[in-house]
Amino acid sequence: MLSSTRAKFLMVCALLIVVALVAPVASPYAKLLAARVCIIAVLAMSVDLLLGFTGLPSLGQAAYLGVGAYLTAILATSHNFGLGCDFFAVLLLGAAIGAVTAAFFGLFAIRASGVYFLIITLALGMVVWGLAYRWNSLTGGDNGINVFSRPTCVVSFSTDIAFFYVALGVYVVVLAGLYLLVRSPFGRSLVGIRESETRMRMLGYNIWLHKYLAFIIAGGIGGLAGVLWTHLSGIVSPDDVFLTTSVDALLVVVLGGPGTLIGAALGTALVVFLREYLSTVVPWWQYVLGGVYILTILYLPEGLMGLPARLRQHGSASAAREAVTARESASAESRP
Amino acid sequence: MQFWIIQAFNGISYGTLLFLLASGLSLIFGVMRIVNLAHGSYFMLGGYVALTVIWLTGSWLLAIPLAALTIAILGLGMERLFLRPLGFDPLRQVLLTVGFALLFQQAALDIWGGDNMDIKAPAALDWSVQVHGLFFPMYRIFMIGMAAAVALLLWLVMEKTRMGAMVRASVDDSEMARGVGIDTSRVSMAVFALGAFLAALGGVIGGAFIGVYPGLDFEILPLAFAAVIIGGMGSLRGALVGSLILGLMDNFGKALFPEISYFTLYAPMVIILAVKPTGLFGTE
Repeated sequence: MLSSTRAKFLMVCALLIVVALVAPVASPYAKLLAARVCIIAVLAMSVDLLLGFTGLPSLGQAAYLGVGAYLTAILATSHNFGLGCDFFAVLLLGAAIGAVTAAFFGLFAIRASGVYFLIITLALGMVVWGLAYRWNSLTGGDNGINVFSRPTCVVSFSTDIAFFYVALGVYVVVLAGLYLLVRSPFGRSLVGIRESETRMRMLGYNIWLHKYLAFIIAGGIGGLAGVLWTHLSGIVSPDDVFLTTSVDALLVVVLGGPGTLIGAALGTALVVFLREYLSTVVPWWQYVLGGVYILTILYLPEGLMGLPARLRQHGSASAAREAVTARESASAESRP
Repeated sequence: MQFWIIQAFNGISYGTLLFLLASGLSLIFGVMRIVNLAHGSYFMLGGYVALTVIWLTGSWLLAIPLAALTIAILGLGMERLFLRPLGFDPLRQVLLTVGFALLFQQAALDIWGGDNMDIKAPAALDWSVQVHGLFFPMYRIFMIGMAAAVALLLWLVMEKTRMGAMVRASVDDSEMARGVGIDTSRVSMAVFALGAFLAALGGVIGGAFIGVYPGLDFEILPLAFAAVIIGGMGSLRGALVGSLILGLMDNFGKALFPEISYFTLYAPMVIILAVKPTGLFGTE
């Protein structure tokens, strides 16, 4: 029999292949949404690395998406860079600027833990928003920056399907990279820090450095998501960098299941579905989203990914209860 | 000189508005160890409810207590029905408040629409005091006076009453407080309702000053957070000082360095964190 990790691994691979194969026949709108899910999921995985594995609730992840997105837009419009095969260089640059920003912000944020960390990342995120909003000469202020065409490298990414494959490719690379990372000794130490910082400190680990590195990696991934973000909608504006984007990224991780990596995509898919499809059907879709979210936190702390285990547990618990009552009644009958 | 006086006056009046938000946020954190991300929503909803009261009755004076009480009940319900059952689990509780912020946002949009609205200040406050050729709007003086009264009242309650002593004990050491027989669950309920009350009060008073509009909730929230971080979480004095610093930074930043004004806004927070992570008056 397959071990459960192996089975999960194969299941994820199969699912990704199915998605990649089905995508060409989907409607153009669905392709765009799928690309959107990939991009937000990349951002969400960076939150998951912090929240799920290191125990640091980041509420400012939009900042790194923002610097990556603005870098992409500025390079494309002012320097005509990144619209050919150099797009892949921009991906790297976006990740780099996200990581550098995180390296700077991390100096302040990593001093705090728990709820303090959440507030500080929130405030740092707002600094980036403030710059985007106010620094007109660089960011175009309120109007943002329009990028009128997507890059062309061998094929044009302007078709939705091509762009979807790019987004899916980035998602898979980040997923695989993080999967390896969290299973490495470094990743294990992060989980150790999440479980008990004191214990890890006693064991001689440099807590600050571990958290700082995780924060930088998460920032880099956020920047990477930002590059795709700009090309998805062809515009980047302060709205994209606002608190709501950070809240979204945190929300989908909590929905999907923190500490699972794959849960990020699951949560994102659910939120995007609710937002894009349900909103066309019923006007009160956000209540559904809020309700699902609140119920998840109240009753499913492990998120949607924890649902199968919860069901199984429930099943075995009731089976055990039946067995106990059966035995009790049997023993009652056997008594004279 | 005139520039400095006017900007300082404006900064202080904005700071006092922030204090109404920050004080509740800080107390809630002190007692429950959570940050309420729906606190900005209380501020916004307070403004909206006040608008409805004004439309129905035409009375601005009546709108203040009604709006604040409505939101206090809302906060009370949230604490009792959703936050309390989670027990002591700050992270999940914080995440839960995010969910409520989203729900409130949608509800506000459905009920009051997407337009920017203003709460019109009553005529009695709609004039300016003139001193040496400088105009000080009466409404802002009223705001400062109101916040000063709230601060004084809070201080008296916290320092001089039994309830205040219970709250302080819960902030200092919740476990010990329970140990000596303080019902910390009731304390947190009261503090949460009080926080919601103050935030809504800020929303009503601020409504004539910054308006009421969708998105106000998440716009004002980071400012209140920054004020609380600067002052130190759980400290009322800290919330007051932090709010005033932030109000002044905001005004001078916008006037002197408009392009990077948000940098100047959050810079003191960053510096203080680097020097003293618990904020100016925080203990722990």
